[in-house]
Order: sequence, then structure tokens, then C-alpha cells
Amino acid sequence: MTLASAPLTLRGIGKTYGGPAPGRVAALVGVDLDVRAGELLTILGPSGSGKTTLLKVIAGFEMPDAGIVTLAAADITAVPPAKRNIGMVFQNYALFPHMTVRGNVAFPLEMRGVSRTEIARRVDVAIALVGLGGFAERFPRQLSGGQQQRVAFARAVVFEPKLLLLDEPFGALDRKLREAMQLEMRHLQRRLGITTVFITHDQEEALVLSDRIAVMNHGHIVQIGRPAEIYERPADLFTADFIGESNLFAATVRDHADGFLRLALDNGQTMLAAGERPAGTRVGALIRPERLRVEVARNRLDAIVIEAVYVGNAHKLRLQMEGGSELLARLPAEGGALPEAGTTVTLHLAPEDIHLLALDT
Amino acid sequence: MSAAAAALRRENGFMFALTLPALLMFVLFFGYPVARLLSLSVSGLSGQWYAKALTDPLYRDVFLLTAEIAIIVTVASLLIGYPVAYLLATTTAGWRAFGFLVIMLPLWTSVLVRTYAWMVLLGRNGIVNRGLLALGAIEEPLPLLYNINGVLLGMTHVLLPYMVLPIYGSLRRIDPDLVRAAEGLGAPAWRVFLRIHLPLTLPGIAAGVVLVFVLALGFFITPALLGGGKVMMIAVLIQQQVGELLDWNFAAALSTLLTAATVLAYALVQNAIERRERAR
Repeated sequence: MTLASAPLTLRGIGKTYGGPAPGRVAALVGVDLDVRAGELLTILGPSGSGKTTLLKVIAGFEMPDAGIVTLAAADITAVPPAKRNIGMVFQNYALFPHMTVRGNVAFPLEMRGVSRTEIARRVDVAIALVGLGGFAERFPRQLSGGQQQRVAFARAVVFEPKLLLLDEPFGALDRKLREAMQLEMRHLQRRLGITTVFITHDQEEALVLSDRIAVMNHGHIVQIGRPAEIYERPADLFTADFIGESNLFAATVRDHADGFLRLALDNGQTMLAAGERPAGTRVGALIRPERLRVEVARNRLDAIVIEAVYVGNAHKLRLQMEGGSELLARLPAEGGALPEAGTTVTLHLAPEDIHLLALDT
Repeated sequence: MSAAAAALRRENGFMFALTLPALLMFVLFFGYPVARLLSLSVSGLSGQWYAKALTDPLYRDVFLLTAEIAIIVTVASLLIGYPVAYLLATTTAGWRAFGFLVIMLPLWTSVLVRTYAWMVLLGRNGIVNRGLLALGAIEEPLPLLYNINGVLLGMTHVLLPYMVLPIYGSLRRIDPDLVRAAEGLGAPAWRVFLRIHLPLTLPGIAAGVVLVFVLALGFFITPALLGGGKVMMIAVLIQQQVGELLDWNFAAALSTLLTAATVLAYALVQNAIERRERAR
């Protein structure tokens, strides 16, 4: 089973809820998005960011006030959901409770008037694909959460749709199962080569699964890029804060030294950072906790350990610098003893590991 | 016995004491009269009244007519009630409130008032006939009152809420995502209805059908007034036996048969539902 993949394009999508002026809420504002054929693109955002509305516009459950949706080079903005040929896995799976696994998976084929024997063949292939061979005659309520999700996936791809939509499908599973299902769905998606739009508010999930991530906030897409780009070079303070753990310091660019910028932190300490900003600019300095090290000696930060915890593969330290600002550091657990709370330590980091951001004014 | 078990026992005893007033009420004012009626119907260990009810063609026809009317009213309520329930379940909150007011109004008005209102509407000089005459649609007034037509109309109107409410309830319990999923998988509206709404509202339909059918079997005031004494349903017959002929034994036999038919109808549907549930 391989699917012909198709690109999805959104141009200037706008959607406003509510009636006249005062009660109106803009859910989407001029959203442009290109999903390449065969890729898995994640729309990542907190609740209320507009990601669910965007999903509904793509699926056809909501009409946008403005803009054009194009799938496989055809304008589908006004096409009803039944004729879009889009497979969707719902948050709660939305399996038909009165039909067996076979009945659920056969449903989209029956709607397309596929012959009886062909339905039986394709349903068997799809059920085998998701590893539910012996469960075809069970009803959804006789299945575990993970099995229900496999059925939902099989049902969403059995009719060889041009696009697959995943609406927070892993939210209802416990952590261990969730991680297993994420990898399995990713594997199946790659194997089928189907263009996929994945909606989630879980940044960890997005980083693991995506070819590219589109970060949404207040109805806008604020950044699109590969997971590493989004994580290492977030476009704004929102993204920096939303994705991963971060230390963010307000600082002023003082001057240039050794090809780096010299930053003056508000507590008086100075740091070298890579980047280009004129002297006197106010910036936010983003430092990822795992980038703080002991071996590079260009930057020195004195701090007092407030709390040290062991988190399996790393030590997580909460530190306080002179002037009171707090700092988070993650050190690989290499067998060394944890510094105790109250100890004064010196932190080092490379100038390349400071990412500069515009400060909100 | 452990302290916990003792406490549980005390609590159970207390709960039982709380139900006593209702239980007494039930035994005194329902259990006793029904038992008395049952004993009247076989008074002197004679089966003659049952034999009369079941063999005399006159009374057999009453049973058949009652069943026929109950079935027609049930089917009519279902055909009219389902679309109404569907509209109520899918419309906006404002329209829903208005719709419920319209549907519930007959339940809040006295049966007598409703029935007299129908008499005003359906009579030879009623609004319906005068309207149709004025439009030239008919030459002579239609016989709508004091016959089976009037009885069917009046009973369907009164019993409609009992069909609409359970169906509405089961429609509202359908997860909207199921409908979206079906649409997204390629089902046009009518197929969504046949494959999703209809099977998932079967319990509601069954509840509505049983309620309306059982209530229709024992209906009295509407057939008595709108039938003008010409539409003899079983409840009307029983009243006649008691009120005019003072034949309590025969009335008791008829009542017992009506009760038995009612229980049977209920048991059949309940059984069908349970078998369906177990087959899942």
C-alpha cells in the first residue's frame, strides 16, 4: 500500500468568529502555509492559537472568511468535507461505536462505491498494516486506547486519501504507549509517503515527529522550520519560551570584541555572544539549559545552586546569579556528584550558544 | 461481624426506612386495587368473563381496533416526531428553546382542554372544514370529528412529546465528531443519517415506540370525546362496563387483558433491545 502524495497550499486564510465588532474574535489572520508532498508538517501552538480552526478549514468543517485552500493543485476552498478526499484521525478517534473494526475501516470504501470483494481485500491490507490482524470483528469498546488509535489510522488511510490530518491523536494515551504509538505512526506515515498535517500543543511530540514545524500564536504562523531550527533559533520570545526549556536574559549590546558581541546583563555581568547587533541595542539572550558547560572558558557566570535534581539522563540545576535572576542548567549525568544546594559554582558557555532575540517593548 | 459491615447494615436499614412512605403508598393505592381487580375477574373461580372477552366477536373487534389505533398512532408519532427531534437536536439554542416550548405545551395543558380544542378545530363548522370549503378544496365538510380520523389526530398530538423526547435525548448523545468523521470519510448527508444517526438512536426510537404504544393502548378521554361514542377503544369499553352496566367482573377481566397486553408489548421490545446489546 503506497499512496500518491500531494502538496497542500494555504494562501491568506482568515477566519473570524462571533457577530458584530465588539464580540468578534479573529481565529486566523492571513495564514500562508505550504505543505510539501509526502512531508509531515506539525502545526504547533497553545490552545487558543488558532490551530484547531486551521485544521477545520483544511478538513472543510469550517469555511474561511478569506483565502484559498489548494490540495494537489485543485482549489478545494468551497468543496464539502465528503468530497475532499482527506483522511483524518480525531482526538478521541471518533470510531463508529456500532460498527466492528472491519465495519469502521470499510466505511470510506463503501461510501465510494468500491466493490464488495475489493473492499474486503483493502480492509484486510489496512488492518494488517496497523497490526490488528486478529481484531477485525471486535467492536471499538472492546479495544484498548492504542488499538482504537490504530483502527482510526487504518480508517483514515484505507481509501488512499491525498492528505492525512492528525488532530492531537496521542493526547489520550499514557506516556509509554504514547511514545510507542508516535514512532509507529511516524513509521507508517513515511512508509505510505502520505502528506500529513499534524496538530498538537505538545512541543516535545512536535520535535520528535515532524519534518517541519509551523508554530502558531494568536492566529498567526510565527515561524516555520525544521525542528532543530525552531529549537535553536526561535524567531521570537513566544517561540523561545513555548518550545523547550530556556533561560532568557534581558541585556544591552555594549561593544564588539574578538568577533563577538559583548552583552551587558542587567545584573552587571558581561557575556560574549555570536551575532550582529549595533551597540546599544536591547536584546533577549536565550540560553538552552543543556548548553551550559564546564569546559569552555570564554564566559564565566558565578551562581549559587538553589536546587539540584537527578532526572535520569541528566542533572537539572536551578541556580541564582548575582542580582537575583535565576538560571536553569542541565548537565549530562556522568557519575559526578551533584553540587549541593548553597554551593557557589562557576558556569561556562560558548558565545555561539547564546541566541539573540528582539525584546518586546 | 466487622464494624464496617455493621455500619453498612445500619445504612442499608436507614435507606430502607426512607423508602417506606413511597412503598406504603404503592402497596395501598396501586398494589391493592390491582390485586382486587384481578380477583374480581376470576371471582368464584370462573373463567366466564375472560371467555366472553376473548370469544365474543363484538369484544374481539374492540381489542383489534384498539391495537390498530395504537399502531397507527405510534407509526405517525415516529414519522412526525423523528424529524422534529432531529431539528431540535441540531438547531441553535434559541430555536431549541422555542421548539421545546411548542412540543411541551400539550404536556402542560389538561387533556380535556386539548381535546375540546381539537373538537373546535375538527367539527363540521370547525376552522379546518370552513377553511377548506372557502378555498374550494372540498364540496362538503370532511367527517373529521366523531370518527376514527379525529381520534387518530387527537391521540397523535397528545402523544407526540413522548416520542420526541427520548429520540431527542439519543440524538444529543451522539458525539458530533462521529458525524464529522463520517462526512470526512466521504458520506453525503443522507448516508450520514442512515449509517450514523439512525442506528445510534435505535434505543431512543424503541423507548419512544414503547411509551407511545403503551399509552395509546389505554387511552380514554381522547377517543371517548373525539370518537363521539362511535370509536370503541378498550378503555372506553371498560368505563362503559363499570359506569353504565355495573358489570365489574367483566370490566376487571378486560382490564387484566389490557394490562397483560401492555406488559407483553414492553417485554418484547425490551427483549429485542437486550439481545441487540448482547450481540455487540
